[in-house]
Amino acid sequence: MSDAPKSGRYSVFAIAKQALRQHSGWNRAWASPAPRDRYQVVIVGAGGHGLATAYYLGKNFGITDVAIIEKGWLGGGNTGRNTTIIRSNYLQDPSAAIYDKALKLYEGLSQDLNYNVMFSPRGLIMLAQTEHEVRGYKRTVYANNLQGVSTEWLDPQRVKDLVPIINLDGPRYPVLGGLYQARGGTARHDAVAWGYARACSDMGMHIIQNCEVTGVETDGGQVRAVNTSKGRIGCDKLAMVVAGHSSQLAEMAGFRLPIESVALQALVSEPVKPCMDVVLMANTVHGYLSQSDKGEMVIGGGTDGFNNFTQRGSWQHIEETVRALIETFPMLSRLKMLRQWGGIVDMTGDRSPILSTTPVGGIFVNCGWGTGGFKAIPGSGWAMAELVSKGTPGPLAADFGLNRFREGRFIDESVAAGVAH
Amino acid sequence: MLTLTCPYCGITAEETELHPGGEAHLTRVGPTGTDEEFEAYMFARKNPKGVNFERWRHAYGCGKWFLAARCTATLQVFGTYKSQNAHPPADIVAAIRKSRPDWNPDWTAE
Ligand SMILES: Cc1cc2nc3c(=O)[nH]c(=O)nc-3n(C[C@H](O)[C@H](O)[C@H](O)COP(=O)(O)OP(=O)(O)OC[C@H]3O[C@@H](n4cnc5c(N)ncnc54)[C@H](O)[C@@H]3O)c2cc1C
Ligand SMILES: [Zn+2]
Repeated sequence: MSDAPKSGRYSVFAIAKQALRQHSGWNRAWASPAPRDRYQVVIVGAGGHGLATAYYLGKNFGITDVAIIEKGWLGGGNTGRNTTIIRSNYLQDPSAAIYDKALKLYEGLSQDLNYNVMFSPRGLIMLAQTEHEVRGYKRTVYANNLQGVSTEWLDPQRVKDLVPIINLDGPRYPVLGGLYQARGGTARHDAVAWGYARACSDMGMHIIQNCEVTGVETDGGQVRAVNTSKGRIGCDKLAMVVAGHSSQLAEMAGFRLPIESVALQALVSEPVKPCMDVVLMANTVHGYLSQSDKGEMVIGGGTDGFNNFTQRGSWQHIEETVRALIETFPMLSRLKMLRQWGGIVDMTGDRSPILSTTPVGGIFVNCGWGTGGFKAIPGSGWAMAELVSKGTPGPLAADFGLNRFREGRFIDESVAAGVAH
Repeated sequence: MLTLTCPYCGITAEETELHPGGEAHLTRVGPTGTDEEFEAYMFARKNPKGVNFERWRHAYGCGKWFLAARCTATLQVFGTYKSQNAHPPADIVAAIRKSRPDWNPDWTAE
């Protein structure tokens, strides 16, 4: 299908061979073809979820007549803007199932994609800093153990052993314990997008960047095509996987979603020597902390409360986040902050995602991952590929349909996870 | 920082003094409403990238709920008005059209 040369397998032998040729023989990791005038499946959005959907469509269902259309550059949305926390210790069974599927796929993803996504299962602690959180997280430990997701409760001293830089006795928010998932951790966000993109391109799929979808053509309640800045592209099936712009895509097709778009931001410090080798979430104060391989302290905060499409954060949220974290991590007060950025996250009422058929035949949506969808990318793509290929959801996606809002059948993770996750 | 003027007490308040309350002008569905109507009222949102009408509460001030017209793509504020308005009043519409000539109201005034 695509005439571009394949990227070639990456291995120690390939490196040795290229070293002898002054690295002049590497092929591009993915092709940049001009769009054809139709595809079996068009996926809008080349973030992690869109790319993973494409990958598993090819790998699990043999569907490779696929285009992934991206208005910017691939991985340039929330996938390239997040703080890369990966965990699967959710309270509700449907969440645990899809997030743990994702975690299991992450564990083998570098091998599967032949691309180092730098998955680092360094362990993750969710700090309990109020009595309410202590009760909530103990309940989550019990629920996780019933779900087969192993997590444990840590008393404050064990938290201190794992995180020596922590101050347990903050006057406002003392550390009362923590929920620990040893398998949790981080991965390199760009590499996840790049690895999937390379694998999709090698299967002959078209990744079309700098191409904005501006309209959706339907006929008799069935999708026919999308209109883009590079012309009309016909399709049998259309998957909308555009995170913060889901309402806009849905409007083009004539329906509304239970989604509101808000800004979520993060910041990183100057690099310092290794000082924390676990991921830490402090939900009461909205602070998420890990140390990158370069040594930067990566800090995530809370969302803005109002609708916002500007991919910028706001000053008072930085202040709020840093103020609270300094009490629990006094050493942070000496660090200079290097960069700050924002992403537009797609929030649903129950803080759970949507993988669903829609009122229009042939159109499927994958959205609502909000503040916590990086960790879900492989599992979401797996479940979405099944939904798109069969037309009906499989077991992983079944509970995440749009009909749950009509039926009052919420998957309420807002109670379980505090706010962000 | 976002600043809005409270139409009740007249104070120009920073975002930290206010509490956001979501989409404005939703019509409440009564006890005879269908499941579809309740779903639309409670969950389906316009979430526009552009002109947006929304509820705010002057939480650390006079405590009143009011409404604001704002652009979600640029953060420009067109104005604020009292919650007793069933639709954005004429001066707000004029302020929006001044900087967004192509914008049209999606309601019909009674
Ligand atoms: C600051 C921040 C921190 C976060 N931290 C974490 C974390 O620690 N752990 C975690 O699990 N999650 C985290 N998240 C959430 C996570 O980033 C997202 O849930 C996830 O990346 C969503 O992936 P996606 O592929 O759905 O969306 P995106 O990566 O946003 O991809 C959607 C793509 O669609 C494209 N698009 C939109 N409209 C159009 C159009 N009309 N035509 C063509 N293309 C279009 C966009 O350009 C974009 O590239 C964080 C998010 C942010 C912003
Ligand atoms: Zn007031």
